[in-house]
Amino acid sequence: MASGIRDKVAILGMGCAKFGERWDRNADDLIVEAYSEALADAGIETKQIDAAWFGTAIEEQHVGKSGVPLATALRLPYIPVTRVENYCASGTEAFRGAVYAVASGAADIALAVGVEKLKDTGYGGLPQRGRGSVNDLYWANASAPGSFAQLAAAYSAKHSVNAGDLKRAMAHISVKSHDNGSRNPKAHLQNKINEEKVLNAPMIADPLGLYDCCGVSDGSACAIVTTPDIARGLGKKDLITVKALQLAVSNGTEAQHNSWDGSYFMTTRKAAERAYKEADIAKPRDQISLFEVHDCFSITELVTMEDLFISPEGGAIKDVMDGFYDADGKVPCQIDGGLKCFGHPIGASGLRMIYEMYLQMNGRAGERQREQDPVFGLTHNLGGFPHQNVSSVTIVGREGA
Amino acid sequence: MTAGILAYGGYIPKARLQRAEIAKAHTWFNPGLRGLGKGERSMSNWDEDSVTMAVEASRDCLAELDRNAVTGLYMASTTYPFVDRQNSGIVAEALNLGRSIQAVDLSSSQRAGTSALMLALQAASSGPVLVVASEKRRTKAASPLEFTCGDGAAALLVGEGEVIAKYLGGATESVDFVDHFRGEGESFDYTWEERWVRDESYMKIVPGVVEAALQKSAVSADSITTFCFPAAMPRVAGMLAKKMGINDSAVADNLQANCGETGTAHSLVMLVHALEQASPGDKILAVGFGQGCDVLLFEATNAITSMKTRLGIGGHLARRREETNYNRFVGFNELLIMERGIRAEVDKNTGLTTLFRNRAMTQGFIGGKCNECGTAQFPKSNICVAPDCAAIDSQEDEPFSDKSAKLNSYTADGLTYTPAPPNYFGMVQFDEGGRLMSDFTDVDPNVELVVGMPMRMVFRVKDYDKRRGFRRYFWKATPADVAV
Repeated sequence: MASGIRDKVAILGMGCAKFGERWDRNADDLIVEAYSEALADAGIETKQIDAAWFGTAIEEQHVGKSGVPLATALRLPYIPVTRVENYCASGTEAFRGAVYAVASGAADIALAVGVEKLKDTGYGGLPQRGRGSVNDLYWANASAPGSFAQLAAAYSAKHSVNAGDLKRAMAHISVKSHDNGSRNPKAHLQNKINEEKVLNAPMIADPLGLYDCCGVSDGSACAIVTTPDIARGLGKKDLITVKALQLAVSNGTEAQHNSWDGSYFMTTRKAAERAYKEADIAKPRDQISLFEVHDCFSITELVTMEDLFISPEGGAIKDVMDGFYDADGKVPCQIDGGLKCFGHPIGASGLRMIYEMYLQMNGRAGERQREQDPVFGLTHNLGGFPHQNVSSVTIVGREGA
Repeated sequence: MTAGILAYGGYIPKARLQRAEIAKAHTWFNPGLRGLGKGERSMSNWDEDSVTMAVEASRDCLAELDRNAVTGLYMASTTYPFVDRQNSGIVAEALNLGRSIQAVDLSSSQRAGTSALMLALQAASSGPVLVVASEKRRTKAASPLEFTCGDGAAALLVGEGEVIAKYLGGATESVDFVDHFRGEGESFDYTWEERWVRDESYMKIVPGVVEAALQKSAVSADSITTFCFPAAMPRVAGMLAKKMGINDSAVADNLQANCGETGTAHSLVMLVHALEQASPGDKILAVGFGQGCDVLLFEATNAITSMKTRLGIGGHLARRREETNYNRFVGFNELLIMERGIRAEVDKNTGLTTLFRNRAMTQGFIGGKCNECGTAQFPKSNICVAPDCAAIDSQEDEPFSDKSAKLNSYTADGLTYTPAPPNYFGMVQFDEGGRLMSDFTDVDPNVELVVGMPMRMVFRVKDYDKRRGFRRYFWKATPADVAV
C-alpha cells in the first residue's frame, strides 16, 4: 500500500455558512459566507491560495457547471479551480483534491469549497431529475428515501430483526440528532423531538417516515489546507491534520451480481478498511473520538456504524439503544446534528462534517463541545443508492496522534 | 393440411372496478345509469396499454412453444398507443420473435380482431401466425360505455399441423353501418341509439353471414356448441341464436358481469374462453361485428385435451382484485384535471438513437451470460460483472423475461412521482443469476411483500412523455402468485 496521507497536510482554517432554507441568498452568497469565516480563521489573504477545488452535485439548480462560479464569487486570482461532483461525496472530493495538491507539493495552500442550493425547486425533498439517457430507460423510479428504505428490508431479513425494533432504533437515531441540532446555531433544524413523534410521522418510503429523512438545505462549507510546516510558520499550534482520505466506488457488483445481500454498504467497508490502515488505527471502536457519518436516512446511519466496524454486524441496534452514539455516549455520532438536523446541502456536507471535527478539536464547539478531548474524528459520505454508490471515509486528528 | 388454432392465451388486468362505484359517482347527473351499476369491469393499471396487454396475452399463448417458428404477428386494436409506429413491432420485440417476423397492425373497427384471425387462417400454410387483439378504450365519465367496457387481450397461434381447433370455414360481409365512431384525434366514441343498433344491424346483418358460414362448412345451426357474440347489450345474443336456430344453451357468456366488453379484442377473448372449456368435437362459432360482420367456425380436436394449460381468460378472470375507488380509474384515464405536483414535470424525453441502440435490453429484456464463468447478468455489458472473472466481450444474449426471480429488498416509495402512488420497487434476484433494481407493478396493498417471495417480470409502460406523445416501455416485477 502507498504510504498514504497521514500527517502530510494540516487544516489551516475552516468556515461554514448557516444551513437551512436560505430563501434570500444565492449560492455565491453562501460561498462567501463560509469562505469569509475560513479566511479569517486561517489568517491569510486570498492571493496566498494556489489552487481551489469546488464541490457541488446538482449544479443545474444553482451555479451551473465548471470552476468559474467559485472563481467569480471569491474573485480568485486566475488560479486553477476544479469543479468536482461525486454524488453526496462531492464536498469531501473537493477536500481530497485540495489536500492531495498540498501533499504533492503542487500547492502550498489550497482551498476546498462545497455549496448546494436545493431550496429553489418548489417542493420538499431532493430535486427529481433525469439520470442519464440510457439509465432513464431502465432504472427504477426511485426517490432517495425509497432507495435507502431497501436497506431496512434486506437488513431485517438478514438479521431476523423485528420491524418494530428496527423502527425504534431508527427513531432513537433521529431523536438524538435533533437533540444535538438544538445546540447548534448553524443547524437547519434546531427543534427537539421525541420517539413518539418519529414513530407517528407520515410515511415517506416504508419504513422511513418523515423524521427518518434528513433535511434538504441550502448551505456552503469551506476548508483551507496547507503543509504542517507552513501552518506552523503562520503561527498555528496544536495542528489538526489529515490522517486518511479514502473513497470506494461501486462497480456494478451490488447492482448486478447476487453476491451482495442488500443489507450493508460494500463500498463503506472497503473505504473504512483502507482508511484505518492509512491512519494507523487498529481498534476504531476504542480509538475514534467522534463520528460524523452520512445519516441521509436513519437506517443509513445504523447500517453504516457496522460498515465502519464500530458496531458488530447485526449489533448496531443494541449500540444505538444503549446510547453508545449519543452526545454523552462512548463515541458520539453526529454531535452537530448530522445531515438530519445540520442539514444536507449536498456539495457542502462532507466539508461541514470536517468543520465540526475541527471545531471540536479546537474546543470551539460551544454548547455542544465534547468534554473529553477528541483525538481522531471520522467523517463519512455516502452518495447514490445502496446498490450503486460512492462512499468516502475521512479521518482527521491531532498531529502526531 | 388442416388450418386451425395451435394454441391460445389471454390477459385480463387484475383490477376489477366495481360498477356500483361508477354509478354512485354519476346517478346525480343521470339516474338512468343506476341500472348499469352491477357487477365489475376489468380496469388496466396506469402502466398498461393495448401493446402491453397484447404482450401478456401472447406470452400466455406461446408459453412453452418455439417462438422461432412464428412467422407472423397480426395485431388488432382500435386503441393503439402509436398512430405511426408499428405497434405489433413493439409486441414482437418484447416477445423476441426475431426480425424476420411479418408484423401487421389492423385497426379501425371492432371487427379488426376477427378479421386478423381470418387473414391469419388464410396465411396458415406459410407458417404459424400469432394473432393478438387488445383493447383499452377511454370512455367519457358517466357514459354507458364506462360501465360496459373492459380492458383485455386475447392471443391465438394459428397454423397447420396438430391444431387444437380446426377451422371449418367462415364468411364475411362489409356494411358501412355507423352505430358509433371515433374520429381522427378524438379520444372518445360517439354513439347512436342502442335499439336502432340492435334492430337494424345485429338482427339484420349477422344472421345472413352466419348462414353463409354454416352453409360453406356444411354445419347445421343446431349443432353449434358455443356461439360467441361479443355485444355487451343484454339478451341480443340469445335473440340472434333463436332467430338462426342455434340452441339457447350454446349462447356463450359475454363476460359482461365480470369483465366488460373488451372492444375489438372481445370476439377473441370469448373464443379463447370457449376453447378453454371445449371438448373434442365441440363446434364454436365466433362472430366479429363492426361495419359488417365476420363469422368463423371452429371444431375442437382431440389435441385440445393435451395442450398444456394456459391461464387464458378464465384464469385471469379468477385472479382479481376488487377496485372500489372510482377516483383511481378517473385518475388513470385522465378524466379529471388533477394536481400531480411539480415532481411530475420532469422531462421524460427519450433519445430515439438511445432507444434503438438499447432496444434489446429495454424492450426485449435481453441481458448477458458470460461464456467464461457462466454468470447471467443484466444489462449485458462489455466486461463480466462476476468479481473474479473480468472476461471481456464474453457475454452471449440471455433473455430474462421468463426467468423466475425472488424479492431481495423493497419499499413503497411515497415521494417519487408515479400516477399510482406509492411506487413499489426493489431488488429482484433471478434464480439463475442476475438481478435488477426494478419497479414493481400490480402490487396489492393488502398483500405483504416479503423478502424471498417469488416474482415474475411483465412488460409495462415505464414513462409517458406527454409533451411529445411518446411512451417508453420496460419490464417490471410483480408478485408471481398474483400474475401468471
